[in-house]
Amino acid sequence: MSASESEFKSPSTKVRQRHLSNSAIVNLFIWPTLLLLIMMNVFPLFYSLYLGFTNYSAIAQKAPVWVAFQNFSNILNDKNLWQYFATTGRYALMSVSLQVLVGFGLAMLVREKFKGGGILTTLILIPMMISPVVVGLFWKLMYNPTFGFFNALLGFSDPSRSPDWLASRLAGQPVPGLALFAVVIVDVWMWAPFVMLLVLSGLKAIPDYLYEAAAVDRASSWFQFWRITLPQVAPLLLIAVLFRTIEAFKSFDLVMGMTGGGPGVQTELISVDLYRIAFLGQFRTGMGSALAYIILIIIIAISNLYIKYLNQSKGEG
Amino acid sequence: MFKKYAFALTIIMVMVLSACGPAATTAPPAVVATEPPAVVATEPPAVVATEPPVVAGPAVKELTILWAQWSPADYLQQIGALYEQATGIKVTVVQEPWGSFGDRFNVAMAAGGTEWDMVVGDSQWIGQGATAGYYVDLTDFMKANGIDKSVTPATLQYYGEYPTGSGKYYGFPTEGDADGWAYRKDLFEDPANMAAFKTKYGYDLAVPTTWAQLMDIAKFFTKPDKSMNGVAIYTQKDYDAITMGFENVMFSYGAKWQNPDNTVEGVVNSQASIDALQYYRDLYDCCQAPGLNNAFYTETNDAFIGGQVAMTMNYFAFFPALANPSTNPFADVTGYFANPAGPTGVRKAALGGQGLSVISFVSPERQQAALDFIKWFAQEDIQAKWAALGGYTCNANVLKTEAFLKATPYNPAFSETMTFVMDFWNIPTYAALLTPSQNYLSAFVVGGQGTAKEALDSIAAEQTTALKSDGVIP
Repeated sequence: MSASESEFKSPSTKVRQRHLSNSAIVNLFIWPTLLLLIMMNVFPLFYSLYLGFTNYSAIAQKAPVWVAFQNFSNILNDKNLWQYFATTGRYALMSVSLQVLVGFGLAMLVREKFKGGGILTTLILIPMMISPVVVGLFWKLMYNPTFGFFNALLGFSDPSRSPDWLASRLAGQPVPGLALFAVVIVDVWMWAPFVMLLVLSGLKAIPDYLYEAAAVDRASSWFQFWRITLPQVAPLLLIAVLFRTIEAFKSFDLVMGMTGGGPGVQTELISVDLYRIAFLGQFRTGMGSALAYIILIIIIAISNLYIKYLNQSKGEG
Repeated sequence: MFKKYAFALTIIMVMVLSACGPAATTAPPAVVATEPPAVVATEPPAVVATEPPVVAGPAVKELTILWAQWSPADYLQQIGALYEQATGIKVTVVQEPWGSFGDRFNVAMAAGGTEWDMVVGDSQWIGQGATAGYYVDLTDFMKANGIDKSVTPATLQYYGEYPTGSGKYYGFPTEGDADGWAYRKDLFEDPANMAAFKTKYGYDLAVPTTWAQLMDIAKFFTKPDKSMNGVAIYTQKDYDAITMGFENVMFSYGAKWQNPDNTVEGVVNSQASIDALQYYRDLYDCCQAPGLNNAFYTETNDAFIGGQVAMTMNYFAFFPALANPSTNPFADVTGYFANPAGPTGVRKAALGGQGLSVISFVSPERQQAALDFIKWFAQEDIQAKWAALGGYTCNANVLKTEAFLKATPYNPAFSETMTFVMDFWNIPTYAALLTPSQNYLSAFVVGGQGTAKEALDSIAAEQTTALKSDGVIP
């Protein structure tokens, strides 16, 4: 502010300026939240990284002892953990693929305006608003071979001959992987609407003249979908896939609510095992921290791949 | 871009170097505990009742006890009210939901918490509590006041003693519990059923005295066309249920979890254990109510209440719901029995229940006040009141009284069971030992994968690895 401007300021303005500057007000609003973020997010992030290199146990009342890469070595050499990673990978692949298919299909169905469309869209969105624990518990009841609705919907009337989804059995015989698929179905039921929302917003943004031009050139429906709809929606679809893949690697509450990781380890996702290691009587905090960082690195790697393709598709668009 | 790739490459190299680094063990499979949660199962540090020095506070006016949130905790609160009437010291029972009970307690103890004076802790916690110094050594106190002689030997061993057989006590057996059975008396006593059973099996339909008889009865009552099944047994994989359920058969078949020197190879996977596991799987396959593939106390009780099963396994602590006509429509025709005998006549039951321990971090005055409460609580007449309220006393004399035996329909079976209970491991490593047990039992029994021998061999191998990692065995 120049000397001349200062001279022409009213006395009241000069008084106000002595109290709080704009930057001070900005800091006053931002810093409390930043401090909370640092305390609750940033500090635990770095502290847990440190703990990953120690043998610390949260209940042992002993200071952390540095063990270097021993925790990481034990994790990467543990065939059980590789099995859980593989199960998580299969779960993510199945779940995300089906969510994309179902979500995209739902979006295509509701994109056009029709009577009751708004209500229908709202009803479709309800599953993703329910708590995952509640979803797991009532789907557990729905999968019950005796009185569950699911088997009845599929036409099975004899409990002894119908699939016991969460036990990976069919007519009493083991069917490995059935329980994992059952959990996938629930995840798809719950989160396909999320994919639908993102895809729907992309569909609505496609300019009509593209379809008109295609119609003029007598392009088939398939051609229009493949050459117009899909490329236009691809960026949003990839964002949906990115989010759902990250969530699949973090999936815990559905599995614990329905199967507890069983039967055996068929639905033991890596996040469930992380919980067992870090809590549930073991309290191997150092090992748990190391495993959490390995999971984080995997998620970052996968996310970077998606973002690379996302940028490419935006560039092509 | 180069920096990004360089960073990614660095991470990958670090991970590869880690993977190529020396593993903690060369014997597969490996679920290795690199940081033992506490000292191994040898002599723990003595934290005796008279240990100074925390700053002395004013006279104790209130005691707090931490327990899980369930009905026995309400009964203990009523006992606390009696103590307040007698002494003027208020007793508050702080209840924490089961799911977070262990975590809350362990986290508080890791911080040296003094918010509670006592805890009614799970039997598996006693090793951790003793070796980590959470619990006050009650040995001299209990012996001096004859408390150790007032409870049944089995409950003293499993709810109070650590290490096993050492004669050192860290808990007063408070809530005895074990697995037992509830059954539909109306089905058992139905003349048509009795005649048909006798014709088919050659002996009278009655409460089973052997596990073989239990299997016959379960098969007899399994009629899918009538939505009736023989049994509801524990299969839950989340924490410890399927292991506890299997233990009932395992122990009765003469098998056990470890040798006196804590080795498990050849013990966990002994022929008796293999036979027991095969039995448990056969029982599940033939007669478990469909859908109970991850069942614990809620699901088994619900199956019984829903009229789906003729017999259900459960901890006695959960039988009040079955004896209550407002929750169980079959309450008037529900009977109870203790575990039957195995092939060699051995009868055992999986232990549940908890013991009352004094927290070592509170002041000496509070510790003494807590000991005074335990001394009062352990008296026979108070234990009789505890039992009358619904608590599961471990007092040997009270368990035999007519008043106790007649107090509830399941008390006779409970009283009988508390004389032959056995437990899982109670050393600090117990959680790492539980994990392979849960995984492989669930895979074999529920998932139908592999053989009993393969499952138990895998359990033995992984438990051996965990025990070696923690220095429990060489």
